[in-house]
Amino acid sequence: MNYTNLFRIALRALIRNKLRAFLTMLGIIIGVASVIAMLAIGEGSKQKIRGQISSMGTNMVMVMPNMQRRGGVSLGASSSMALKYTDVLALRNEATALSAVSPEVTATGQVIYSNQNTQTTIYGVSEEYMGIKKLEILSGRFFNANEIKDMSKVCILGQTVVTNLFGAGADPVGLSIRIKNLPFQIIGVLKDKGESGMGQDQDDLILAPYTTVQRRLAAIDYINGIYASAISEEKSPTAIAEVEEILRRTHKLKESAENDFRVMSQSELLKTITSITDIMTYLLGAIAGISLLVGGIGIMNIMFVSVTERTREIGLRMSIGGRGKDIMKQFLAESIILSILGGVIGVVLGYLLARLAGSLMSSHAIVKTQSVVLAFIVCFIIGVFFGWYPARKAANLNPIDALRYE
Amino acid sequence: MNNNIIEIKSLRKDYHVGEVTVHALRGVDLKIHEGEFVAIMGASGSGKSTMLNILGCLDKPTFGDYLLDGINVNTMNNDALARFRNKKLGFVFQSYNLLARTTALENVELPLFYNPQVRSRERKESALRALEAVGLSDRMHHMPNQLSGGQQQRVAIARSLVNDPVLILADEPTGNLDTRTSFEIMELFQDLNDKGRTIVYVTHETDIAKFATRNVTFRDGKIQRESIVNERLNAREILETLPVEAIEEFD
Repeated sequence: MNYTNLFRIALRALIRNKLRAFLTMLGIIIGVASVIAMLAIGEGSKQKIRGQISSMGTNMVMVMPNMQRRGGVSLGASSSMALKYTDVLALRNEATALSAVSPEVTATGQVIYSNQNTQTTIYGVSEEYMGIKKLEILSGRFFNANEIKDMSKVCILGQTVVTNLFGAGADPVGLSIRIKNLPFQIIGVLKDKGESGMGQDQDDLILAPYTTVQRRLAAIDYINGIYASAISEEKSPTAIAEVEEILRRTHKLKESAENDFRVMSQSELLKTITSITDIMTYLLGAIAGISLLVGGIGIMNIMFVSVTERTREIGLRMSIGGRGKDIMKQFLAESIILSILGGVIGVVLGYLLARLAGSLMSSHAIVKTQSVVLAFIVCFIIGVFFGWYPARKAANLNPIDALRYE
Repeated sequence: MNNNIIEIKSLRKDYHVGEVTVHALRGVDLKIHEGEFVAIMGASGSGKSTMLNILGCLDKPTFGDYLLDGINVNTMNNDALARFRNKKLGFVFQSYNLLARTTALENVELPLFYNPQVRSRERKESALRALEAVGLSDRMHHMPNQLSGGQQQRVAIARSLVNDPVLILADEPTGNLDTRTSFEIMELFQDLNDKGRTIVYVTHETDIAKFATRNVTFRDGKIQRESIVNERLNAREILETLPVEAIEEFD
């Protein structure tokens, strides 16, 4: 018996019992649909988080002072004076895996314009900061080297600050505001950036030359952090190693001493977070997979009923020339058709479900080709695995007894 | 007429039921020539069903030889037997054994599905020819439940013809049919026999056995009597004498 015939015979047998075939498939359909939908939702949220994290900056490498302890009392990271502007210079000169380095000095304070005021963070940075953090100027300009050198009282506002002080969509370039009672001229406005992956408002900020913030607003001689860009994502680990090596040297740390700073990279952050979403995805997928297993058992059950019910048919087929293996193949083909067809419908349904769920959760659900291929392979295996035993039972029937079966 | 389709020599068949051995056939010698129309008779337990199973290559003898169309069946394994049945034999059963919810044509095609040498066009043509031979070409798209008992048995006979077998074996082919329809089926068998088909059927009705050319009666696992039918009945003639209102068709 060739395979076209086999397929046709099996298909005819299934068509004779359409409702039963459909109900049997339903188990597989639900199983596959839920696996596809779960994986798609997981993949979608993973991509969303990945997008949010990568929008935070360009292959960012962050250096923060380590927490200082004196006599067992933690003084907190921000109080540390470990990082100096000389560290920035050292990294700029020596690190080969870094393409841009900027200091960051932060100050928080009241910002006033006319009768409006708001509380925000003022970041003192250098020109490279824009590229590192993927910030863009909407109107006006960024400050230049002279303004950094002169500690000019110029600033660039984020959209949230603009909205709070001037109303949404206003263009306050050229106006003057008071930050901690010092007058600053607004020379630019940043483009809207939205929330970060961790739900932080990335537009609630003011940028100013680091010198101005350091001396005029915070009155400190250290810096709060260093932001840098690795030349590529792959170079991030090298960049981290380099930064550690250079800073340990400039900080004159002994071999045994712990780092007085912490270095993190964006890609590490990404890895940590995506590993969490991966676990979630696999967990959901595994739960959905159980329903697929239940669907497979449903197929086995129905195939057993079918073999018993069609004992006389099997006897007839054997008497007119069907060999045991032909009978076996026919029943296997039936269970495989059931599971594969269930798989096809399941994939379509899963895709629709994923899109629906995606639009409800305002994230894209992404159906990957791998999960579709995997679904089909699993369906095939289920068809063979759960069809095998009933098919064997059919194949081992004695034609004489089968023909007399009532 | 010396061309033997069936040649059986001192054939025995034992069944083991638990500790007990049942001797179903206790030494049978039988020859059936090409073109014969043989009725096997006997009470239940006489061994005639066992004989039919062995003749149909569904079962193998314990001792003795069975040659079908000159080939010894004893040496074949199950798969070879299946192939052999597919090429050499046609079966007709008491309860028709048609596939439900499958058209007459597809039912007739069925044996050819198990022959890989037959292409789908050939299969359809052979099935149509077989249906024509039993006079049902106008019912080829009917399902079994849309056909009368007699028509269903005709479809089954068409199915037994489709592979052009050397032997047609029928197990109580008229057992489920009324008198008139029984005669119609026997008419069809006689018709096929006239065209050269070798047919062996099992029956326990003596009047049905009279349509055959030879009767073989079994008793206690042995052939009790072998006889040429002297006053052979002609089904067509009998049908003509039957009243017309007895015609029952429910379609």
